[in-house]
Amino acid sequence: MSFECSIAVIAGGLSFEREVSLRSGRRVADALRERGYGVAELDADDQLVESLRTGGFDAAFVAMHGRFGEDGTVAALLELLGLPYTGSAFDASRLAFDKLAAKAVLGRAGISVPAAIPVAEGALRELGMGTLLERAMDELGLPVVVKPNRGGSALGVRLVDRADQLSAALMSSFGYDDTVLLERYVAGTELALSIVDGLAPLPAVEIRPKEGWYDFAARYTHGAVDFRVPAELEPDVATGCLEIAKSAHIALGCRDLSRADAVLDSNGVCWVLEVNTGPGLTSTSLVPMAADAAGISFADLTAHLTNRAIARRPR
Amino acid sequence: MLPAMRADDPFLDRYAHGTRAMTASEIRALFAVASRPEVVSLAGGMPFTAALPFDIIGEVVAEVLAREGAASLQYLGGQGDPRLREALVELMTYEGIHASEGEIIVTAGSQQALDLLARMFCDPGDVIVAEGPSYVGALSAFSQYQVEVRHVRLDDEGLDPEALSEALDRLGREGKRVKFIYTVPNYHNPAGVTMNAERRLRVLDLARRHNILIVEDNPYGRLGFERDPPPALRADDAENVVYLGSLSKVFCPGLRIGWALVPPALRERMILVKEAADLCSSSFAQSVAYRYFAHYPWRETLKALRDVYRERRDAMLDALDEEFPAGARWSRPQGGFYVWLELPEQLDARAMLAKAIAARVAYVPGGAFYADGQGGSQVRLSYCFPAPDRIREGVRRLAGVVVEELDLIRALGGVPKMARAVDDSPSTGWGGVQ
Repeated sequence: MSFECSIAVIAGGLSFEREVSLRSGRRVADALRERGYGVAELDADDQLVESLRTGGFDAAFVAMHGRFGEDGTVAALLELLGLPYTGSAFDASRLAFDKLAAKAVLGRAGISVPAAIPVAEGALRELGMGTLLERAMDELGLPVVVKPNRGGSALGVRLVDRADQLSAALMSSFGYDDTVLLERYVAGTELALSIVDGLAPLPAVEIRPKEGWYDFAARYTHGAVDFRVPAELEPDVATGCLEIAKSAHIALGCRDLSRADAVLDSNGVCWVLEVNTGPGLTSTSLVPMAADAAGISFADLTAHLTNRAIARRPR
Repeated sequence: MLPAMRADDPFLDRYAHGTRAMTASEIRALFAVASRPEVVSLAGGMPFTAALPFDIIGEVVAEVLAREGAASLQYLGGQGDPRLREALVELMTYEGIHASEGEIIVTAGSQQALDLLARMFCDPGDVIVAEGPSYVGALSAFSQYQVEVRHVRLDDEGLDPEALSEALDRLGREGKRVKFIYTVPNYHNPAGVTMNAERRLRVLDLARRHNILIVEDNPYGRLGFERDPPPALRADDAENVVYLGSLSKVFCPGLRIGWALVPPALRERMILVKEAADLCSSSFAQSVAYRYFAHYPWRETLKALRDVYRERRDAMLDALDEEFPAGARWSRPQGGFYVWLELPEQLDARAMLAKAIAARVAYVPGGAFYADGQGGSQVRLSYCFPAPDRIREGVRRLAGVVVEELDLIRALGGVPKMARAVDDSPSTGWGGVQ
């Protein structure tokens, strides 16, 4: 059987989001096969470059989340191989993946981002920063969100209500990155704002966890969250939020696809928490949900992204 | 367009209570990375099947087909192949058990027997008493029936009869219905300890006095490295003990053959429950196992397996002695697959796992082995699968992580224990951990 286009779907790797990525990758591969593409599913391991070099691919679909994927590592490698790929290039991925650096860029672009204070493991160990943590909490106010500076899927993210919970939360978070952010907690309506280049704006998805907050278990357990698509917002408010997401996408230099996680507070301010350049594409993920609500099937979405990559093929 | 509540799982309102608590968990996401070859996994309890005699197994399989033909591929009575049951009787004589094949029910691994027993005995809210820590697969099986597991302390000599006596008295006062006592007396999973002979008699006595059944789970009993363990509890009490055996650790786990040796009063009911569950265990697998244990030198294989595991146990204990910082202590198993590691108590083994996996070593956090949230600073290490060099390397990496964590805790001025975040339900998020 011969295919017009042969696509390498890259997923897995050694990131902590390996499992999620494998699920995204499998789903993408199935969708592309359904659309008649030739597909090879590649794990991001030490055989990856060899497989890409010898596979005769027309493009790569990057379904990686977390380190070595969403941080731009694989994008850089694909650039070097001269193989077009879906999603953002190295610099934008790396920038967006570093939450603190992204906040600075977004803030300069006039986008509201919650204040955050970085805590580096080295600063604690070697510089005695531990004595300053109380001051940091005073500055941000409780509750405070503790999250790895680089990471996704809410892995290692803890919500701290009381000062005596902070050190345990930091210990959990440092498992995922050596720099952790203490971030001001913003209460309000949680939104996922998907931007897909070349498509009309997708509706905002509103996230209402049934219990607690939108943590890892809530993200990947069917039924743990009520989603409203489109979000229950006044149309002009929803449009405003989506415009902010688009500005964030542009400010960070994202390409093809991004998902801004945001909170709309009671004053109508849309706070961008982070921008994901490799958003989840699993059956509980938000971008596919938004596309679906806009009448775009998952297969259409993946084909659209793949075709954009193919169009970048050197001629 | 009207906002629609999105039903991402159309069956959501229809699931049974027993499975509703099953959610995605951070820990399982981390284990997905642990399966990569770069990571030394001291987590899983997989038997080292590469040490099995493939040539002999090939011969046995061919023999089954040649001699038994279509019958070996046919359904079978729910109690299991009587020829295999005879062979199992013979196997149990080494545990001091004298039984007849009619008292045995073959199950799909002893794991199925745990499920069948919970199904037979337990209504929601009933209590099962188990060692603390206890086998995670048993906790998972029990949790499906919404059973409350009460843990009883265990130490280097196994289940503590004093603590058991207190627990049974307390449960009596609370008016709880205790359905059985679940114990792994030999080379305990996860604690690595063996119940001494004197305690076995006391536990039997306590159970009889309280009129409570004992479920004795013995998958590792034949894997003693220095000597055999004391006689089984069942050897001294045929009326009040259900004994569970398994071929998974002495032969092929993939054949899924375990068995329950049950008191006469339970036999008929358990066969009915077994038949309702799956009609019968694989007849082909039972034929293979029967022929292997009846006609082939299985003792040699067992000896080879013991040698493999002994060498690995030694590698792990040596590495722990050499590498681990003060303040940690661990069990010194005389057989089986596991070392139970107690870290300095300010450490949270669950929170530390991400860092360990980043350092390319994996373990199972101790909390998995309790139904009540204990075990925060405890860890199960398995030495059954990785080669000795990898075990040493894994322990070295883990020791490095522990030292770093202790250092970080000092830098933070300590971590209050009650502030730890518990992000999984203890016994439901561990599917696949043996």
